Amino acid sequence: MSVPYAKLPAWAEYGLIPLVNLVVAFLISGLVVLIVGESPLEAAYHMINGAFGRGEYIGFTLYYTTTFIFTGLSVAVAFHCGLFNIGTEGQAYIGGIGVALACLAFDRTLPWYLVFPIAIVGASFFGALWALIPGWLQAKRGSHIVITTIMFNFIAASLMNYLLNKVFKPLGSMSLETRTFDAGGQLPKLDWLMSIFGLSVGSAPFNISFLLALLVSFGVWVLIWRTKLGYEMRTMGHSPAAARYAGIKEAKIIIITMMLSGALAGMMALNPIMGEQFRMQLDFVQGAGFVGIAVALMGRSHPAGIIPAALLFGMLYQGGAEISFEMPSISRDMIVIIQGLVILFAGALEHMFRPAITRIVLGLSPKTSDVAATKGA
Amino acid sequence: MELFQVFIELAQSTVRVSTPLILAALAGLFTERAGVFDIGLEGKMLGAAFAAGAVAYITQSVMMGLLAAILISVLLSLVHGYASITQRGNQIVSGVAINFVVAGATVILGQAWFKQGGRTPALSADGRFGTIKLPFADSLRDVPILGQVYSDLLSGHSPLTYLAFLMVPASWWILYRTRFGLRLRAVGENPGAVDTAGISVIWLRYRAVICCGILCGVAGAYLSLAANAGFTKGMTAGKGYIALAALIFAKWRPKNILFACLLFGFLDAFAIRYQGYAFPLIGKVPVQLMQALPYILTVILLAGFIGKAIPPKAGGVPYVKER
Amino acid sequence: MSELAIELKGIDKSFGLVHANRNINLKVRKGTIHGIIGENGAGKSTLMSILYGFYQADHGDILIDGSKVDIRDPNAAIAAGIGMVHQHFMLVENFTVLENIMLGAEESQILNAGITKARAELKRLEKEYALEVDPDAVIEELPVGIQQRVEILKALYRKADILILDEPTGVLTPAEADHLFRILQQLKEQGKTVILITHKLREIMAITDEVSVMRRGEMVATRTTKETSVEELAELMVGRRVLLRVEKGEAKPADVKLSVRNLTVRDSRGVTMVDDVSFDIRAGEIVGIAGVAGNGQSELLEAISGIRRAASGTVLLSGSAIDVTGDADPAALRKRGLAHVPEDRHHVGLVLKFDESENAILGYHDDPKYRKGFLLDVDAIRADAEEKIAAYDIRPPNPRLKTANFSGGNQQKIVLAREMERGPEVLIIGQPTRGVDVGAIEFIHKRIIEMRDQGKAVLLVSVELDEIRALSDRILVMFAGRIVGERTPEASEGELGLLMAGVEGPKEAAE
Repeated sequence: MSVPYAKLPAWAEYGLIPLVNLVVAFLISGLVVLIVGESPLEAAYHMINGAFGRGEYIGFTLYYTTTFIFTGLSVAVAFHCGLFNIGTEGQAYIGGIGVALACLAFDRTLPWYLVFPIAIVGASFFGALWALIPGWLQAKRGSHIVITTIMFNFIAASLMNYLLNKVFKPLGSMSLETRTFDAGGQLPKLDWLMSIFGLSVGSAPFNISFLLALLVSFGVWVLIWRTKLGYEMRTMGHSPAAARYAGIKEAKIIIITMMLSGALAGMMALNPIMGEQFRMQLDFVQGAGFVGIAVALMGRSHPAGIIPAALLFGMLYQGGAEISFEMPSISRDMIVIIQGLVILFAGALEHMFRPAITRIVLGLSPKTSDVAATKGA
Repeated sequence: MELFQVFIELAQSTVRVSTPLILAALAGLFTERAGVFDIGLEGKMLGAAFAAGAVAYITQSVMMGLLAAILISVLLSLVHGYASITQRGNQIVSGVAINFVVAGATVILGQAWFKQGGRTPALSADGRFGTIKLPFADSLRDVPILGQVYSDLLSGHSPLTYLAFLMVPASWWILYRTRFGLRLRAVGENPGAVDTAGISVIWLRYRAVICCGILCGVAGAYLSLAANAGFTKGMTAGKGYIALAALIFAKWRPKNILFACLLFGFLDAFAIRYQGYAFPLIGKVPVQLMQALPYILTVILLAGFIGKAIPPKAGGVPYVKER
Repeated sequence: MSELAIELKGIDKSFGLVHANRNINLKVRKGTIHGIIGENGAGKSTLMSILYGFYQADHGDILIDGSKVDIRDPNAAIAAGIGMVHQHFMLVENFTVLENIMLGAEESQILNAGITKARAELKRLEKEYALEVDPDAVIEELPVGIQQRVEILKALYRKADILILDEPTGVLTPAEADHLFRILQQLKEQGKTVILITHKLREIMAITDEVSVMRRGEMVATRTTKETSVEELAELMVGRRVLLRVEKGEAKPADVKLSVRNLTVRDSRGVTMVDDVSFDIRAGEIVGIAGVAGNGQSELLEAISGIRRAASGTVLLSGSAIDVTGDADPAALRKRGLAHVPEDRHHVGLVLKFDESENAILGYHDDPKYRKGFLLDVDAIRADAEEKIAAYDIRPPNPRLKTANFSGGNQQKIVLAREMERGPEVLIIGQPTRGVDVGAIEFIHKRIIEMRDQGKAVLLVSVELDEIRALSDRILVMFAGRIVGERTPEASEGELGLLMAGVEGPKEAAE
């Protein structure tokens, strides 16, 4: 029985280890800043200030957070069933079709609060559709979901490029986007929410889809931990053999899980399309699908962890914009680096510091190590 | 003959476009056959391209650039190797993470060092790979058909291109005719068999990962030192993923990799040339369909509709001595 | 030069709290076939792993040919002349025979140079030991018996003088097994030393010169094969342990509830694991299946419970058929009154990461009483779990605690409570007290008897002969996938031991 995998108390398992992973990611990012000849401390200041310094900044941060909550939930739901859905990026992109269709059809005739639900259905439907094929291939033909979803991301990019060019683009326009939506296709901002805290939202596109994200987070929690489907998903994710024993239909669960994951990814599209740009543009997803992977990993696939993790990345994005403004040698690509490092340390290297932490934590508490010794074998 | 001219031009483009694909796919071959799944080919190529462009400019030497490319790529491979082999982490996550870090770092460092918006400065002739003219290329050009094939298609490519094509039989030879290759293939199928024969699974896998790094390094160097005159932001543009698709499409065999990469390269060259062209019967084929075709073909293969793609049995699974 | 090929002195090895090898002393003479016999868990595999360099002993010495050797990895073992033929072959399936044999002993970096030499050497070995095999055949296309020959050739190719074979006949047909024995004889005549690890007495008596018996981590005895008997070996193997006394009244068997006819199950490699098995189980009786692990009992349970597809045969549950050769649905079977306590509670019977109450409904989570509208009624589930915790004295009595934190005995009680408390008609149980502390064992046994007295039909599979004898009303012995005998619990240990080792019985295991 090896010490490194002895049981740690919950606070170390869910609090300390993720925190250490995060700190290391940031430290290395700080090194990159140094290499570029800038001050990491100054960068850190600008980041925090840029994310939270003013009401408007907070608004932007929360706007990004909204997107990442959706994509984080999408990846997390698939994780619970033991599936690695890298296709959130493409599923979110295709989900945009549903949103665009709803808005283009009804923005002039219906108010936003009627278009919104239609758009939600549309986004979920198209997102689920794009996840269905890889899901079906995995369930019925054993095709590795990771590879198929990567391929589908690229196919989605080509498909959307084509659609925006040939179908959605208004005649005579040069840019690859739909026409701008009228009032029915525009979500109201959450300025009233911010003013409760004495803050002004300014020009930030912080909109009502944030509330949808919170609602959906709760819904995901209910689904995973309070429904039969969620129970079956989790059983499959922990132990396919136990799932078989329990009479759970493997293929069915895989397909349904992927569809749910795709639907959540699709919902992400509501935020930029109806909340900020009021049209569907080329590549409105901008890598949010991949950030979702980082968010899900950091948040341990639980909504209670995903929301703060999404907030962290929202902060990184908004703060990053501020850094690139104040310190021109550090562009927004810095965020991509940090994101990558977080994924690396919270994901692939998550056990790297475990031996050291275990020695320190268990060293402090002999009782814990005894328990660990008898239970571990 | 106009048709023949078209053929020659298309073939030339195909060869040029396929070069980095072949190198990257071969890189993936080595690592995946050893059981380490790598979707970070894209990141390694990009990092290598940047290193090549930067160092070639600073040193005004193309060979130094190539060396730098290989070094950076091997370094990234070792990070992935450390995460996958030693730390037994999730290999997909590691690959995705490295792609991100490289995508961001190349721009940040590029901007900081060269202040040209993320690219490296344009390279002069010293810093680039020229083309190689095969002997008698000029004099043979007038020979009907074969002459042009020789002078325009076979001759006149970058040395890295010739290297890439040579690497196909070379890789085959390494994998199937050397001790190293035998053990590498074994460790991807049954690491237990390798372990019980007294061979170190870990060291073997690290060597495979290093081979991957070297080949990706050359692929990246090709992009910034041969195909173009320097590094531009995001210049790999998904080629690493196409190479991965080609590798799978080729069912992890060197000979097939050549054809798969040529096929995918051809699709790309075809798409560029015939953008907006109206074909008889079919009409205009959307360029986006052409772009998506390599990925669609790979999915069809994975679905088992064109034969079975059986990956190395121990692929993606960290080796834990099962006792 | 010593007359001993191997001598082990005081070998001791523990894994945490598990004392796998206790002060083992062993002498293996050169040029002999030495058998090591014992039940599962006796410590044979650990001992051999130490000899082959997979593990290092905590204490003790290994002497090869009279001199002390430090075997720290397989390379050292190979250098010392030890070759191992593993139970689960260490072969690369899509390589040829030649490639597999050369792996690790290629002679040179460029294969071609070594290949001619290898072919020649291989031919020589094949002739010398009658181990014919086509060097260019691909492993996955070869029958299992031939694959095993490749394993043996691998060892010989590396100049092994000592060959260790770990349960070699498990995957062989009787004819292939006989051929293997001829090969071993040949090896012995060529001066090799062979160590044969097995639980099958017939093999021991057939070809070994000496046999050592292991039991519970200790080396219990060594005998010259000619001078001992199967009865003596069986008793040494199984041991005179204290019989667990369980209070039970007379059985009152009623209608047949589970009827198995001609059930045959093959594993993924095509090896027949359950061979034409037929038996009935009536309401109100416990039928125990005795046998050493690996003789088909697991596959039998899996086929009946719908987890594994059978090749042929029929199973009737309360008169109506279970689609064992097709798509039997474990959930549907539960609804029809079949409950299953699986052998592997860690990976099959429980999800260790779930909390206790979630595991208490595993397989029954569809039950409307656990639901409130669309959602799971967590309160109802917890209340239900608490009832079961009280009834089965599960400790700690906390339905919210993660199942991994319960002890083995309590984990098993969770599974039993779940499967027993719903009033099934038929209960099939595998290894009910494996890894369970003594206090819980008594409780579990009582419960099983109770189920019988309530009129349930119980099928009990256990490798613990005591348990089978204490609980069963009828005992069926399984060996090599077949039922080789039926006895009452009054049958002696020795008699049952013989059947379990494939020696006696109305159906001979091999002719």
